[in-house]
Amino acid sequence: MNATFDTAKLHDCRDAFVGALEQLGAANEHIVAVCNDSVGSSKLAGFRDKFPDRLINVGIAEQNMVGVGAGLANGGKIPFVCAASPFLTGRALEQIKADVAYSEANVKLVGISSGLAYGELGATHHSIEDFAWVRALPNVPVVAPADRNETAAAIKWAADYQGGLFLRLSRVGVPDLFPEDHVFKPGQANLLRSGSDVTIIANGTLTYRAMIAAEMLDLQGISARVLNMATVRPIDTPSIVNAATETGAIVTCEEHTVYGGLGSAVAEVVVDECPVPMKRLGVPGIFAPTGSANFLLDEFGMSPEGIAGSTADLLKRKG
Amino acid sequence: MNTHDLQTIANRIRRRDLQAVFDAGAGHIGGELSVIDLLTALYFKIMSVDPDDPLAPDRDRFVLSKGHTALALYTVLAEKGFIQKDEISTFLKPHSRLNGHPNRTKVPGVETNTGPLGHGLPIAVGMAMAAKLSGASWRTFVITGDGEMQEGSNWEAIMSAAHFQLGNLSLIIDHNRLQQGARLEETNDIAPFRPKLEAFGWTVEEIDGHDMDQICAALASVSITTNKPKCIVAHTNKGHGVSFMSDNVAWHHKVPNESQYKQAMAELEKAAP
Repeated sequence: MNATFDTAKLHDCRDAFVGALEQLGAANEHIVAVCNDSVGSSKLAGFRDKFPDRLINVGIAEQNMVGVGAGLANGGKIPFVCAASPFLTGRALEQIKADVAYSEANVKLVGISSGLAYGELGATHHSIEDFAWVRALPNVPVVAPADRNETAAAIKWAADYQGGLFLRLSRVGVPDLFPEDHVFKPGQANLLRSGSDVTIIANGTLTYRAMIAAEMLDLQGISARVLNMATVRPIDTPSIVNAATETGAIVTCEEHTVYGGLGSAVAEVVVDECPVPMKRLGVPGIFAPTGSANFLLDEFGMSPEGIAGSTADLLKRKG
Repeated sequence: MNTHDLQTIANRIRRRDLQAVFDAGAGHIGGELSVIDLLTALYFKIMSVDPDDPLAPDRDRFVLSKGHTALALYTVLAEKGFIQKDEISTFLKPHSRLNGHPNRTKVPGVETNTGPLGHGLPIAVGMAMAAKLSGASWRTFVITGDGEMQEGSNWEAIMSAAHFQLGNLSLIIDHNRLQQGARLEETNDIAPFRPKLEAFGWTVEEIDGHDMDQICAALASVSITTNKPKCIVAHTNKGHGVSFMSDNVAWHHKVPNESQYKQAMAELEKAAP
């Protein structure tokens, strides 16, 4: 099987997020949105207009924002706490640990403009540590959807899920990879392309790039499997074990530092269960230079050509 | 419940707390002794909570933001019937659910996990907002330490509470003038609290935090303003009730030796009506 997609039609996943949130909000009065002066960047104006009492803007105060979310959950509300991902996760990390994860509070943390979305604004605004930070905490699923349909499906799942979670969205356009009626299953990877020589595992904005890379590899006679692994925690161990045993090599791609994110999570399973050659693509442990997200992804070897090249190189290490 | 009964309960809780610290060889005795009168008034006079239905939707909410004084809360919860009284003897023992900071998922009656300072007030703001959104009449109470007010997150929450006009929220500052390693005035002297809270739009009342009548009057629902959060600056003594601990920074988390324990217990027994 090969999923089809059209790179001429790119969509901002934030629109899918707020569309789903407004639908859910109409059906359930307990759903509230909490934000930090980010009505614009979180695209919450429509939610605010529809449910003015249920848009809680705490101003520029992220620690308070996450604590308020935990308190709202205690009072029976279902808060979606939205903020630029670097500040939501970095600035309020202890609140995420103590008030949400450890307290098992029903708080939906939505990191907007994650990864390198704010590329030009400099490394303070890059959110390429958020997988690692939140993945280290018990009780909090970590999810990075790959397109607008997976985003909408994940938001619907999040509203029903009893407990805290972290959902990471970009603002960089991505094509549709999933059908409109896609159902999100946490902790379960999606096979987007069959292949037998190597597996490329990606999520978020990297999934469609991985798909293009697989097409390029196909022209070289290399059969690459592509797995979309939106859930970084809990990681889909069976899919990784199958990929390792059936294709014998794995490449991971993520809009994140290579330390502690998707690649690390996959490598942990591979080392424990099924050692095979691996290559982890991501930001190589440096503060990134100035440039758009797409420019920086290319710069760090995650253009489709870069992914294909690294994948072909890796195959030389296969036994 | 009258003032004399409340004082009797508070004194009994002080003695149980002291014994548990001595038995466990750990605890935060100074801050526990300063906060027990406030906790007793809340749980035995002011709040509507039901030990048989700890998660009743309409219960009043309480957050002990100064979570290191968990033992004081545990002894109050035991006295109230949320947990068995003899469970206090497991405090800090391996696999006891009574660890050094309160845990919501383990201990009935605890609303949120606390420990790191500056977390309780933002959560309490969220709780008060939830009640307001639901049109519910339950109230939210939070106790912070005075040293804890040095955490910036509290001031984020103070701004929010005033902005959202949370008249159903009451913050009690346990103003015992001492923090872990020094007097408040020697580190980052944030006192006096009243002008700061008033400047942010709160109503403020200062009381003697060991005078049961003053505590109950300040916490009573008739004393709150509809659209303004209320701060009660409770002037207390760290180590209250034990002469050599009182107002002494050394007793933040010191454990009494046997002779100190006997003297402290004798003083607390003498004070018991």
